Amino acid sequence: MLTASVGDSLLARGMVQVGHVDIHHLGLLWHALFNPFVDAGIVLLIGFFSCYTTALSWADLSFVMPATAFGYVVIALMGKFWLHEQLSLSRWLGIALIVCAVGFVAGGPSRTEHGEPVHPELDQMDAGAAR
Amino acid sequence: MHPAVHSADMLKVWGVIAFVAALAVAGEVLIASGMRDLGDLDHIRARVGLLGTIRAVLSSVKFVIGALCMAFNFFAMLFALSIADLSLAGPAIASLTYIGNAIAAKFVIGEKVDKRRWLATGFVAVGVVLLTR
Repeated sequence: MLTASVGDSLLARGMVQVGHVDIHHLGLLWHALFNPFVDAGIVLLIGFFSCYTTALSWADLSFVMPATAFGYVVIALMGKFWLHEQLSLSRWLGIALIVCAVGFVAGGPSRTEHGEPVHPELDQMDAGAAR
Repeated sequence: MHPAVHSADMLKVWGVIAFVAALAVAGEVLIASGMRDLGDLDHIRARVGLLGTIRAVLSSVKFVIGALCMAFNFFAMLFALSIADLSLAGPAIASLTYIGNAIAAKFVIGEKVDKRRWLATGFVAVGVVLLTR
């Protein structure tokens, strides 16, 4: 659980910086590469991607994905408290929905154990593809 | 605008949106499947160190193809934004990606997507639409 929460907070930080990169990409294009914010964003993006990949090595995709959606909430709240943006009612509703979703998956198992064959034919296909 | 032209435009826009989302799903599923084959990266790192782990990840064919899908997805996304409004394409691609990922996780990777996860995926898809509108 500790690794999961630390990983999640790192992911959230990475996601916030992903937002930064996008904004600069749209506005500045090539000059963006020389912008320290963008460079920091790229470094954090790589960090995010490696955390995400590591998470996928011990948890299901359908578990990791809703959990990382928490990044959207962090972005919205950063916009509110850091950039003093106005959050409309529908955005607050969106935040509430995503928080609920993260709560749902966090309460369940993080990994499908293939000990009991749920889809034996799929496992065979998977093993075949890996060869 | 002529109604027939309008609907053809909409078809194109939604086709591109579906394509971008499908690319993202393909990338995620390939990466997830590659990582599942590799096993817990923390254990691998304990055995062969950080560089060995990076080498192991990068030598996974599924991971590399998945990462290429993600990179291609990024450019396809820029293209989508050039023909569709950000307020439509952004939320539509994001929520389609979440739903497509849950479906693919169940039927392609064989993950046990229980009621809890379906509910979470649906909530995130709706929540993203509300947030990014």
